Amino acid sequence: MSLVLDIAVYFALGCFVIAIGMAVFRLAFGPSMADRILALDAMYINGMLTLLTLGLRFGSSLYFDIALLICIFGFVGSVAMAKFLLRGEVIEP
Amino acid sequence: MSAELPFWASLILAVLLVTAGFFALTGSLGLLRLPHFYSRIHAPTLANTLSSFCIVLALIVTAAVTEHRFVAHSLLISFFLIITSPVTAMLLMRAAIKRELQRREEQGKSSVNAPEVKLEGPSLPEADEEAKEAGGATG
Repeated sequence: MSLVLDIAVYFALGCFVIAIGMAVFRLAFGPSMADRILALDAMYINGMLTLLTLGLRFGSSLYFDIALLICIFGFVGSVAMAKFLLRGEVIEP
Repeated sequence: MSAELPFWASLILAVLLVTAGFFALTGSLGLLRLPHFYSRIHAPTLANTLSSFCIVLALIVTAAVTEHRFVAHSLLISFFLIITSPVTAMLLMRAAIKRELQRREEQGKSSVNAPEVKLEGPSLPEADEEAKEAGGATG
């Protein structure tokens, strides 16, 4: 692991953590409900990117599977919450 | 695994990682600082897709240099995100518009484009036309 790559990995991880912090601020103080769901959407994507960067750093392929699972289930959760805002219920009869 | 990377590969990886971090930071800064929801929604949707694409490219470069073959299963994340991100954005946008209209009707304005109702963000163009018509009527 060269020094340049190490610094770049730490820079990217710091950027993702700051981005998650901003999304947490929007999640806590968002004026509308759609803002909070958007903040959750940004949060799961940034967490997935953090896991991918950690997998690049440690050279393990386990992180990739976890990131794929987070991607799929985060999308399902976001769509369910947006559907709840849109219709009032998630699964319609 | 990453110990035997040559210098040029680590330089490419560093550029990709820094670009990804910059995009992610830009998207969340837009989410934090933009004035209303309709402009807030496009910032993380756009920037997170770009940054995830950069990270996936870095993973592909790492696999290609260390294992000397093209590993394409990292493209699955990028592909999936490209498909799902506009779907989420459209659903959230429809939900926000519907709730905005509901909020306006609860305030007693039954018409959708009543000019005296102001959105949270940009000024409506109908207000200008109404003012112009009113000015023409009085003048």
